[in-house]
Amino acid sequence: MNAGAWGLLLSSFLASAVETVEAFTIVLAAGITRGWKSTMLGVVAALGALAGLVALLGPGLVAIPIDVLRLVVGALLLIFGLQWLRKAILRASGYKAMHDEVAIFAREAAEARENPPTDPSAFDQYAFSLSFKGVFLEGLEVVFIVLTFGAIHGNIPLAALGAGIAVLLVVIVGLAVRAPLSKVPENTLKFAVGIMLTSFGIFWGAEGAGITWPGNDAALPAIVLVTAGCALVAAAAMKRERGGVAVTA
Amino acid sequence: MTAVKNFLAFLYDFVVGDDWRMSLAVIVGLGFTAVAVRSGLNPWWLLPLFVIAGLGISLRRVVRKNREL
Repeated sequence: MNAGAWGLLLSSFLASAVETVEAFTIVLAAGITRGWKSTMLGVVAALGALAGLVALLGPGLVAIPIDVLRLVVGALLLIFGLQWLRKAILRASGYKAMHDEVAIFAREAAEARENPPTDPSAFDQYAFSLSFKGVFLEGLEVVFIVLTFGAIHGNIPLAALGAGIAVLLVVIVGLAVRAPLSKVPENTLKFAVGIMLTSFGIFWGAEGAGITWPGNDAALPAIVLVTAGCALVAAAAMKRERGGVAVTA
Repeated sequence: MTAVKNFLAFLYDFVVGDDWRMSLAVIVGLGFTAVAVRSGLNPWWLLPLFVIAGLGISLRRVVRKNREL
């Protein structure tokens, strides 16, 4: 596998791991407080909807001419990646609260307990909606990354493999500990994913606009390094400006 | 109509997110790059500059807003 393929696999793995941890927290809160039957129905329905989306959009994306795909998908990936990077810099510098799975679990569980189901054996709309929304919305970001990264690289299965391994790993660990996965360095992973998405977006977007990178594919690691450097410098400067005081969740 | 509006709002939030200025920087950067390429240049450095500028402006706004609080 070349550097691009490894980047594709790693990016989809990291993005998927982060989003799965977030979805897992919501599903856990719904399941523990409202019961597992309707919660799991919500999970299955969301996974089905996401799979349908991939089946619907995947073949269409692959059919688009590569130059158009690079320009449009590169631009989308860059816009999307900059969002991730911006949030990650704001979190790292203390301008935005760190993502805290324990706090999110406590909040979701408290809300779910407010209106307990009257009949535990009946279908629970609240638990279904909560888990459906959690899995679908977090999964949508993974689908977006897998489809765009995969299509532009001409290898959606490899991107899907990276995402699939991450989901499996997070679910196995989550089931083993039966608690929010607060030890996963989510904020650091998000920082890394933001750098990868932004770098790949710059690389493909500019190629789609017609430029030739010096050194061709070898330019990609350099773009990753420059993006990471700029992001780290920005985070450090903003942290200094704020005096190291972080926002609490 | 409300469903379409809601969907578009969701799509905007999903793709563009918190600050449209960064998206604008990307689109303008790509546009200028494409025009320069049509003129026979190879400005590979142009899009990264627009990206850094867009992100920088967006972050600077957050710092300024925070100072005003």
